[in-house]
Amino acid sequence: MQLSGAQIIVQSLKAEGVEYVFGYPGGAVLEIYDAIYQLNKFKHILTRHEQAAVHAADAYARTSGKVGVALVTSGPGATNAVTGIATAYSDSIPMVVITGQVGTPSIGTDAFQEVDTVGITRPCVKHNFLVTDINELAPTIKKAFQIAASGRPGPVVVDVPKDVTQAMAKFSYPQEDIFIRSYQPVVQGHTGQIKKAVQMFASAKRPIVYFGGGIILGNASQELMDFVRLTGAPCTGTLMGLGGFPSDDRQYLGMLGMHGTYEANLAMQEADVVLAVGARFDDRVVSVPSKFLEKPKKIIHIDVDPSSIAKRVRVDVPIVGDVKNVLAEMIGFCGKQNAVPNRDHLDKWWKTIENWRSRNCLWFDDSSETIKPQYVVKKLAEITNNSAIITSDVGQHQMFAAQYYPFTRPRQWLNSGGLGTMGVGLPYAMGAKLAAPEQDVFCITGEGSIQMNIQELSTCFQYKIPITVVTLNNGYLGMVRQWQELYYSNRESETYFDSLPDFVKLAEAYGHVGMRIEKTSEVEAALRAALQHNREGRLVFMDFITDKKQNVFPMVGNGKGLDEMVLPVHMRETKADSDVNDVTDRNYDTRSVP
Amino acid sequence: MRRILSVLIENKSGAMSRVVGLFSARDYNIDSLSVAVTEDKTLSRMTIVTHGDETVIEQITKQLNKLIEVIKVVDLNESRFVERELMLVKLRAAGKDRDEFLRLAEIYRGRVVDVTDRTYTIEITGATDKLDSFLETVGQAQILETVRTGAAGIGRGERILKI
Ligand SMILES: Cc1ncc(C[n+]2csc(CCOP(=O)(O)OP(=O)(O)O)c2C)c(N)n1
Repeated sequence: MQLSGAQIIVQSLKAEGVEYVFGYPGGAVLEIYDAIYQLNKFKHILTRHEQAAVHAADAYARTSGKVGVALVTSGPGATNAVTGIATAYSDSIPMVVITGQVGTPSIGTDAFQEVDTVGITRPCVKHNFLVTDINELAPTIKKAFQIAASGRPGPVVVDVPKDVTQAMAKFSYPQEDIFIRSYQPVVQGHTGQIKKAVQMFASAKRPIVYFGGGIILGNASQELMDFVRLTGAPCTGTLMGLGGFPSDDRQYLGMLGMHGTYEANLAMQEADVVLAVGARFDDRVVSVPSKFLEKPKKIIHIDVDPSSIAKRVRVDVPIVGDVKNVLAEMIGFCGKQNAVPNRDHLDKWWKTIENWRSRNCLWFDDSSETIKPQYVVKKLAEITNNSAIITSDVGQHQMFAAQYYPFTRPRQWLNSGGLGTMGVGLPYAMGAKLAAPEQDVFCITGEGSIQMNIQELSTCFQYKIPITVVTLNNGYLGMVRQWQELYYSNRESETYFDSLPDFVKLAEAYGHVGMRIEKTSEVEAALRAALQHNREGRLVFMDFITDKKQNVFPMVGNGKGLDEMVLPVHMRETKADSDVNDVTDRNYDTRSVP
Repeated sequence: MRRILSVLIENKSGAMSRVVGLFSARDYNIDSLSVAVTEDKTLSRMTIVTHGDETVIEQITKQLNKLIEVIKVVDLNESRFVERELMLVKLRAAGKDRDEFLRLAEIYRGRVVDVTDRTYTIEITGATDKLDSFLETVGQAQILETVRTGAAGIGRGERILKI
């Protein structure tokens, strides 16, 4: 039987087991939308902006572990999708984005709504295709899913001209994976290297396991747990790794990096052997490599992407492979040869670490009626038993969420760690709730970030997506203001909002429940009420009026070593420590900004 | 340090722009690039001349390998190789320069491929530095135009780059 290109696309998606497609129609994809209507094979979620469609598909992927799918039209639809695509690319999220394109005869003529989608997205996709032959359509979609999900995952764009969606061809969807000779990701680690790694780790006096988002993408948190238990070593994770290891576990030192804990940052700096798994020594983690390497240390690095290894720091034992496989193999060797770090050394190391930990770097004063943003997150964690799905935007609230919500399982924490995209929070919450309807989903955001995709409140109303938006409203683009305070002598250039909407009315206008909370004593009851509304099917928009000038600490300033943190007030002992504003002349590196 | 990379890549539209885009996106420089289809029509082979220290070259190689359409990348400098570039150079040639240029062309094993009563166009092949040295010898004043292909490189002896 002959099918149209549009029908082929829809049938292919069905064959891939796609449950949701997030998208927005337009001229170039009318045919596909007609096929969706007629065939009715999966649910289509109409967002209010293409960026949100891609973010929601991305969140669906992060939550479910499956490939997310988005569909947008040519030209402006495709350009609106780019931020979403780049966000997914930065965090290695498996996703297929189908973009409409003008008809093949018009390509290259600057036709109405024509843009070179393949060209524009090339630097921010794992791969992309322009399909000009209908016979290539089904195999291309197959390849797109294959590439998106394997090796180091990532977004794949399939650009389909309108006439290809109209042409007719015989449809058969490839059953087996298609052999792509130029794409053969290595998943099995090199055994010799793995043995070497185990021995090196066992020889450590001050070992540390440092894990990132790769643990979550690679479904390797069980293996990570087993390895950490077996060796008795401390571990620390990146922002993207949160939930990869239970945050309430004694062997976990908390997140490390720019806003990492005191104990995690010092342990990473002082370690003599670092085992990095599915983490890439990002600048937000080790700041400057030279400072990180000042303390002599050996580095073992496991990553499925060879180009992530030795990109920022030199590595002594590189292991290319799937983190799950490699960790499992390492555990095998450890067991057989009893090759784990020496007990006495470890005891001493832990003593030092516990000493750091006892400084309680995340302590804050919650005694006043002005709401501390940290307090909201802490209370939220309490009433949800640390088990809700939390999405966040980008800013101080994001860091407070990361620091104060103890994530206990993978895929519980969704945020834009790589690109740092404001505006992901609400669409992420939508995608997460659709992927895991039985979970409570909270979006922790700022009054700046939420306004970047607030129109999605409308989508949530249409599809009855009951989530809770927790806005930590400080009236500022807080994270930027924090930098202005520390590095630009308090010059608050364009970070203050003097006309915020009435979020309660706004929520109500969209058909939801709105709440404004202004006192510490009201926080808990309000959160409980929101959870109740949620479970009754209502979206709740909570506007928490918080302390305007709360900053995120500890903080590793740009150009600083992990052991040169600006500490929270209660930990400051010396004059130098407390002279926060003095950081201005401490060699500020302007190349990296929030 | 100057490096020559040899890349086997799918002969598909857009594949080459991915390679070039990779260099510009990561702020690496391409000193020269030559590319053509191979004996296998589905494959193209590129020779990329670039420069950088060990870590830069390692990153370039890894990033190239990461491109879906790239099949193989070899750093020719890792062992012995032959390198050739073709240059056409048009010289202002009048009076006694004419004889001089003919002699020079002979020394460099060049050939005169076009002549007018005031110009010579000479074809020379060889390693890039040999062509540079020819131009230097001739002197800027006499050079009207040059066009060069960029280096093409191949491993010596039994060593081959194939899938
Ligand atoms: C799309 C986008 N634009 C700009 C930035 C730079 N940026 C990082 S944090 C931030 C401020 C965020 O303010 P808000 O959402 O109110 O959160 P707060 O820091 O106050 O918690 C800005 C502007 C960004 N990350 N993303």
